[in-house]
Parts: sequence; C-alpha cells; structure tokens
Amino acid sequence: MNSTRTRVWLATLTILAFLGLLVGCSRKSPEDVVVRPLPAPVTPESAPVTIGAILSLTGPASPSGEPQKNIVQMLVEQVNAQGGVLGRPLEVIVRDDESTPAGAVKAANDLIEQGVVAIIGPSTTPSTMPLKDICQEAGVPLIACAAGKTITDPVASYVFAVPQTNTLAVEKCFDYLEKQGIDKVASIYVANPFGEDGRENIAALAAEKGIEIVAVETFGGDDTDMTTQLTKIKAAEPGALICWGTNPGPASVTKDAKTIGLDVPILQSHGVANMKFIELAGEAANGVQLPAGRLIVWEQLADDDPHKDVLREFATTYQEEYGQAPTIFAGYAYDAFWIAVQAITEAGEADRAKVRDAIEQIKDFQGTAGVFNYSAEDHNGLTMDAFVWVKIVDGAWQLAE
Amino acid sequence: MSLTDQIVQYLVTGVSIGAVYGLVGLGLAIIFNATGVINFAQGEFVMLGGMCAVAFTGLGMPLIVAALLSIAVVTAVGLLVERLAIRALPRASIITLIIATIGASFVLKGGAKLLWGPEAVILPSFSGHAPLHIGAAGIDPQRVWVMGVALVSVIGVQLFFKYTLTGKAMQACAINRSAAQLVGININRMVSLSFGLSAALAAIGGIVLTPVTMMRYSQGATFTLTGFLAAVVGGLGNGIGAVVGGIMLGVLEALAGGFVDVATRGLIHSGYSKAIALAVALLILWLRPQGLLGRRERESA
Repeated sequence: MNSTRTRVWLATLTILAFLGLLVGCSRKSPEDVVVRPLPAPVTPESAPVTIGAILSLTGPASPSGEPQKNIVQMLVEQVNAQGGVLGRPLEVIVRDDESTPAGAVKAANDLIEQGVVAIIGPSTTPSTMPLKDICQEAGVPLIACAAGKTITDPVASYVFAVPQTNTLAVEKCFDYLEKQGIDKVASIYVANPFGEDGRENIAALAAEKGIEIVAVETFGGDDTDMTTQLTKIKAAEPGALICWGTNPGPASVTKDAKTIGLDVPILQSHGVANMKFIELAGEAANGVQLPAGRLIVWEQLADDDPHKDVLREFATTYQEEYGQAPTIFAGYAYDAFWIAVQAITEAGEADRAKVRDAIEQIKDFQGTAGVFNYSAEDHNGLTMDAFVWVKIVDGAWQLAE
Repeated sequence: MSLTDQIVQYLVTGVSIGAVYGLVGLGLAIIFNATGVINFAQGEFVMLGGMCAVAFTGLGMPLIVAALLSIAVVTAVGLLVERLAIRALPRASIITLIIATIGASFVLKGGAKLLWGPEAVILPSFSGHAPLHIGAAGIDPQRVWVMGVALVSVIGVQLFFKYTLTGKAMQACAINRSAAQLVGININRMVSLSFGLSAALAAIGGIVLTPVTMMRYSQGATFTLTGFLAAVVGGLGNGIGAVVGGIMLGVLEALAGGFVDVATRGLIHSGYSKAIALAVALLILWLRPQGLLGRRERESA
C-alpha cells in the first residue's frame, strides 16, 4: 500500500512539475504561426511563395522577437492585398527558436524541408551562428536580424544580415571620442556574444586610433549591481566609459555610475536604443550618448532627409496597428522582409540560388536601419552612415549632430 | 580613488548585496525549521513581491497601498504553495517535497511571465536618487532601505520567535515535531504560518529591492540560490546565521571582484567574483559543516 501511495504522489509531483514547465512555455503553443492568404485553388501559378521566419517568440530574447512577428504578419497581409509576389500569394511560416541555438537549428531544418525560398531571422546572434553552416550547405538564403559581426564576417555566400553591426557602432563611438579629445577610456560589457563582440571591436579600434583602454570590466546578463566593477573603473580614471550590452544591465551600469560618482561621459551601444532603457535607468539616463539607427529620432530628421519617408511610414503604420512605437528589432524584421520580397521579385522566380544572387545585387535599398548596398564582399550592406549620434536629454532621445 | 576609498566602497556594496542574500536566507530558514524542507520557490516570492508592487502602482495606487497589497497577495501565494506542494503530500519524503517546491517555482515564474511579460520593470525610489556618501564611497539611498529592512526583519523575526506564543509554538515544531504535537500544537497551522511569514518577508524584500535593481520574471532562481547559500553558510535553520552568512558572501563577492585580478596579476578575471565567493563558502563548510552559527547535528536523518 505504501508503495502505491508513493507512486501516486510521485505521479502528482511529476504532473505539477510539467504544469510548471507548460506555463513557463505556454506562449509557445501556436508553434507554427502560419500567415496564409485566403484559400484559392492550387495551381502551379497560384501556389504560394513560401518564406520562413525564425524568431525568438519565447525565452529571454522574446522582447526582440515578438514585435518582429507582429511586423512580419502585418507585411504579409499588405503584400497579399496588393497582389502578392510574382503573381502568386505570399506565405510566411513563423517558427519560434525559444531564444536558443538548438531551437533555431530545429526550426531551420524544418523550414528547409518545407521548401521555403528564404529564411528571415533569427533574432539573436547565438541563434544565427549555427544556421550559417546549415543554410550555406542547404543553399537557402538567410537574412539575419542579429548584429554579431561574425554572421557576415567571414562572408558565407547564402548568409546576409540587416542590423547595423557592432563594428560600425564602435567606429561611431570613437568618432565622438576623437572629436572630444578623449584619449583614455574604460569599457564594460555584458558576458554574452553581443558584449564580447563589442569588446573585441573596441579593443581593435582603440589600438588603431591610439586610444588607451585603462580598464575592462564585465557583467552577467542577470546582474543588477555593477558598483564593484565601476569602482575599479573609477580608480583607473578614464576620460569616458563605453558600455556594451542590452537591457537591463546597461541601466544598472548607468545608475550605479551616478551613485559612486563616476563623472565621465557614458557611451552606450545601440543595444539600448529603446524606451525601456530610459524607463529603467530613470534620471541617470540623462546625458547618456549612443550611436543609434535613425528610427528612434525620425521625427527630428530634416524633412528633406532621404531616410525620413520610409521611417515615417514604418513608425506610423506600426503605431496604428499595435498602439506603440516600433522597436529597432521590429525594424530589422521589416528590412529583412522587404529585402527578401524585392529579391524574389528581381529573381523572377522562387528559386533559392537566384534569390541569393538577387540579394547580393541589391543596391541603394532604403530600409529602417539605413541604406543597404550588398555585394559579394559585404553581406551586411550598411555603412557608418546608418548611425546617428544620439543623446538622452530630459528622458527623451535627441539627435546630437 | 585611493585604495582605502575603494575598500570602503567594496564593503558598502558587499553589505548591501549581502543583505538581500540574507533576507532570502532568513525566509528559507523559517520554512526549513517548520518543515525540514528547502523551499526552492522562495526567490520567486521575492520576484512576485516586486512585480506585484510595480503592477499595483501602475494601476495608480500610492506606493504604500501597493506595497501592502503586494505583501498580502504574495503571502496568499505562499499559503497556496504550502497547500498544494506540501500539505497535499502528507507522506512524501523531504526530498519529494523539495522537488515539489521546485515545481511550484516553475509555475510562479511562468505565471509571472504570462502576466507581466519578459521585460524588466522598475519602481520609483522611495527617497530620491541623490547618493549618500560614506567617505568617498557612494551608496544609493534605496540600498539603505534594503539594508534597513533586512535588519528590521531579522530582529522582528527573532522577537516573534522568542516572545510570542505562536512564535514559541513554531520553534517547538522545529525542535521536536511529535513532542510539539503531543502538547497540543497544531503542526499544520504552524507549517502554513511559516510559509505565510516567509512569503511576506520575501515580498517586502522584493518591493524595497525593485527600485534599485529592477525586477524581471526570471530573477527568482538567482535569489533562491544565493539565499540558500547564505542560509547554509550561516547554519541552516538559524535566522541570524542566514543574514550573517549573506552579508559575508556579499562582502566576499565585492572584495573578490575588486582585487582578484590585481592579486593574481590578471590571471583570474574579476568576472569570477561570484565563483570565488562560492569557493570560500565551500571552504567554510568543510571546516564547519554545521555552518557559521549552526548547531552540530544531534541525530542522523
């Protein structure tokens, strides 16, 4: 009798634990979010052109992935309302990578098997890196929405990316340092591929420009107190502090620097170019400067700025549809989507190799992240012009150049 | 910044981080005493306290009302966890119950994400942002709140156990369950109470902590682990020990972060400060398996 009881309890426990897991993952439940056009008789001409999208809909990167899914769904409807591509309806199969590389690999293999013409995403660099080989071998064009420079350096012929890279962002930061005559900097970065990439770029460019790095510190993605690291940085007496990370860590860095009296200019990466950062860092955010895409300051651009039209259209439609300002991440998905659609149109048929060739031929494409000019050597397609210098004043972004 | 100033800053930082570890450890100790169970959902209570307070202030409530309401909600959640994960399994072994609390922590974490989404949230500071100064060291006024709350909590809990009938009854349960039952103490009630009390303490901790460190649905597990370590180092089941253990770990972590790379000439990077604090904690447990303030175990489990 005793053992039966034990078994009953064990079973109950197992169920409880599973329940926990289920709730933990329940946002995943619509695993395949398929945006289908209205059913029509399937003939070779009207069979849909299918694109895959691998986005982080659950897990830590879901703040990036959610808006990306939103924008992709909105755009598919828009394209189909205007007659689709190549005279055929467009279909996008959205898969969740659960913010993990393993999830991305599984999603990619499934999508490739389902015969997608190209894949948009993933949302993060760690998820993208394993797909570099997979898509290259399968011969499926991948248009990544992640910023790690290793995605496009070295170039894999089938792998493209849309976000501004860390390399360009770091260059923009050093432009500022040089203009201000600051020759000693400290850097602090989040211990993940985004932060590491930033640190490497900072180290390389500092050596090139003859700027001395007096302290290098790191913090964990979930750390909430950076006082210790900043105390060491303060002791090293830098002329400016460069922080490379995404929310919430950089907000802690900004606040703790104020607390311990580290009174030097704080430069952040484009990874915090969202209102959440200002909300989390509060008053301490004022004075922070960063390189950012034009999206967060599009209203401040001159009316004749060639970037303004596309940004206005993107920002206002997103605002109307979802009641909030779009994030830069949504912008990446927007750019990747239109690049894919344009390449399919240029290729004239839904053929993977021809679509790849067409992406590489894209020139002067005005996206939300900047003007894309892809070539055989450059699969990111952006230049430093994709960034503007932004300063936070009174809790709002202000164009500083 | 002179070396002395740096050391002062590290000590201040360490004590303020350690106070949080200690507060969680204290909650763990209360439940451990009543049930012999390590409650792995303890950190989730801290997270819920912070998240609830943000949600309630977001509805326009004044901070104090939101805080009280959050404490009430989290206490209720604590009682519920006790009902579903502990009392529902009357004949389960301790290890089974511990696994049940892990299950509960998953449910709470998942629920928090569903309710409030994946992003970090923040509360306004209770008393402004102007840093306080101890010599050249700066400290966020909110951290003083955190330390104050930890101090008041540990004293309050000690007084409760020493001078109230209920508190004494809970102590009796901890010392000898069957004997306590024989003299008419309602064990189930005491166990419920221990969960309610721990959850309330955790919620208070979460609320005072959120303005300075922000709060996120995923943060609970970190609180549990650091709090557990504080409790073990301090002597499992000893409330004061947990707070002392927590502060010791916090200070070790801050000092290690500050000096290890200098001391090892860059061989060990300061990013390993948590690992170093944990290694020292292990060393303490080798030398004193019962923890800093723990009593030697009298009987074998």
